[in-house]
Amino acid sequence: MEDFRESVIHIAYIISAALFIIGLKRLSAPASARQGNQLAIGAMTLAFVATLIDPEISTFWTIIIGTLIGGGIGYYLARKVQMTAMPQLVALFNGMGGGTAAVIAVGEFMKFARDGEVSAGEGLSVAFGVTVGCIALTGSLIAGGKLHEIIPSGAIRSPIQMPASILLVLAVGATWVYLLAMGGQETTVWIMFAVALVLGIALVIPIGGGDMPVVVSLLNSMTGLAAAAAGFVLDNQILVIAGALVGASGMLLTVLMSQAMNRPLSNVFFGAFGAAGAGPAAADGEAKPIRQTNADDAAVMLGYAQNVIIVPGYGLAVAQAQHAIRELADELDKRNVNVRYAIHPVAGRMPGHMNVLLAEANVPYDQLFEMEQINGEFQRTDVVLVVGANDVVNPAARTDQSSPIYGMPILNADSAQTIIVMKRSMKPGFAGIENDLFHLDKTRMLFGDAKAALADVIAAVKNV
Amino acid sequence: MSLEFVLAIYVFLLTVFLGIELINRVPATLHTPLMSATNAIHGIVLIGAMLVAGAADSTLLHALGLIGVILGAGNAVGGFAVTDRMLEMFKKKPVEGQ
Repeated sequence: MEDFRESVIHIAYIISAALFIIGLKRLSAPASARQGNQLAIGAMTLAFVATLIDPEISTFWTIIIGTLIGGGIGYYLARKVQMTAMPQLVALFNGMGGGTAAVIAVGEFMKFARDGEVSAGEGLSVAFGVTVGCIALTGSLIAGGKLHEIIPSGAIRSPIQMPASILLVLAVGATWVYLLAMGGQETTVWIMFAVALVLGIALVIPIGGGDMPVVVSLLNSMTGLAAAAAGFVLDNQILVIAGALVGASGMLLTVLMSQAMNRPLSNVFFGAFGAAGAGPAAADGEAKPIRQTNADDAAVMLGYAQNVIIVPGYGLAVAQAQHAIRELADELDKRNVNVRYAIHPVAGRMPGHMNVLLAEANVPYDQLFEMEQINGEFQRTDVVLVVGANDVVNPAARTDQSSPIYGMPILNADSAQTIIVMKRSMKPGFAGIENDLFHLDKTRMLFGDAKAALADVIAAVKNV
Repeated sequence: MSLEFVLAIYVFLLTVFLGIELINRVPATLHTPLMSATNAIHGIVLIGAMLVAGAADSTLLHALGLIGVILGAGNAVGGFAVTDRMLEMFKKKPVEGQ
């Protein structure tokens, strides 16, 4: 009977592995992405049900209660959270996964140690699962906290940072050696657990908020590897396969993302992006002239234009103005103005985030253009409306070699006839650098909360 | 090293190459949903936590197992739910614009 049950579990796991692989394949193309996610849900459900009949499981109450509590909280958060807060939610879930992997490794080690000697393979898997899982747990919580701005989002640096981190790495290394070379005891694993938790905090704290998406992506990949390690500990193939899939694809995704944001990974961890906040460009002296405008004038410029390009940025999302911008576009459309959106690859908080936010507001897909598609169009455009975007339209990226964002591909908003910039204040953007676009003769600044300002402009457009 | 352990390393290695191949040419638009989806997939640790919790024979192991299952279930269920919510928006683009 037990043989039969085990065969059923193995077959279920094999099907589940296939579904995960096909699901991931589907997820990488826009048309089939949702179906891919659903296949992965199917794979997870199948593995879950199959595990319930595992003969090793004798107590069910912890599983049932735990699944209800954890699943309930996860589902509630996933449904309720604002789409703008999505990156930090992903970070939170990632931390939970890392914590799980670490807890599994500790629990299994306790069993190994009690049953006699711990083999090299087991020791190695446990050490890896505990260390990486714990770093992913606290690292993700710090990253999420920074994205949510509970923790100061800038790069927090102090002179003791480097020595402290090195010391923590050495301490973790020492517990590894003790565990692998000398067998180690439960206490060793708990010390490893505690030090790795602190190390996770120490590694992420000094990184600036702008780099957090890349960090979350990297931690996501690490949790995948920790899950695979848990699979080694438990001799469970589905954990190894799913964990390795995430570890590998997550690592590649991290590289792709850092390329899209023009931030080499080494810069993310050792560069001083956030710390350069008061860098040369921002510090150069007194206020340069700006030209302000008001809702009525902006409405005239927009209403009588032929071609308008909207450049949405994170400020638009923060102000929850996605719907307002669509309403304005609809009004302009009625007046036969050709409206398009220019989406920078990192508009929002991470690649693809702005597309999600605009999709939520029902902005038609065929009006969204990626940077390469639309960059040549700006010079034939009457009005560019920049809403809550800053660094992605900063010409310094093209011209100023000393600028921290030099070399980042930007939207050529400055080549349009007129530029209207909607912004809360003259505060510099995420990268903390001055933007010369705001001081051009043809640029008009419209200060205020994006949602309120757009409402005024919409009302004014209706009247022109 | 046991044969099982060595085989698991082979499985791991091959899957790593597969994982890289699978998402090699993904457009930037999908980076966010894809990160969220892979984040949900490593919620598979839930299964490991179930095995720890279900076979626990001491109070400490019960507690560890319970914590593991709560965190793992949150990762899996929450991760898939939020990914679906994102992709749903991508999908409901009607072509009625014309």
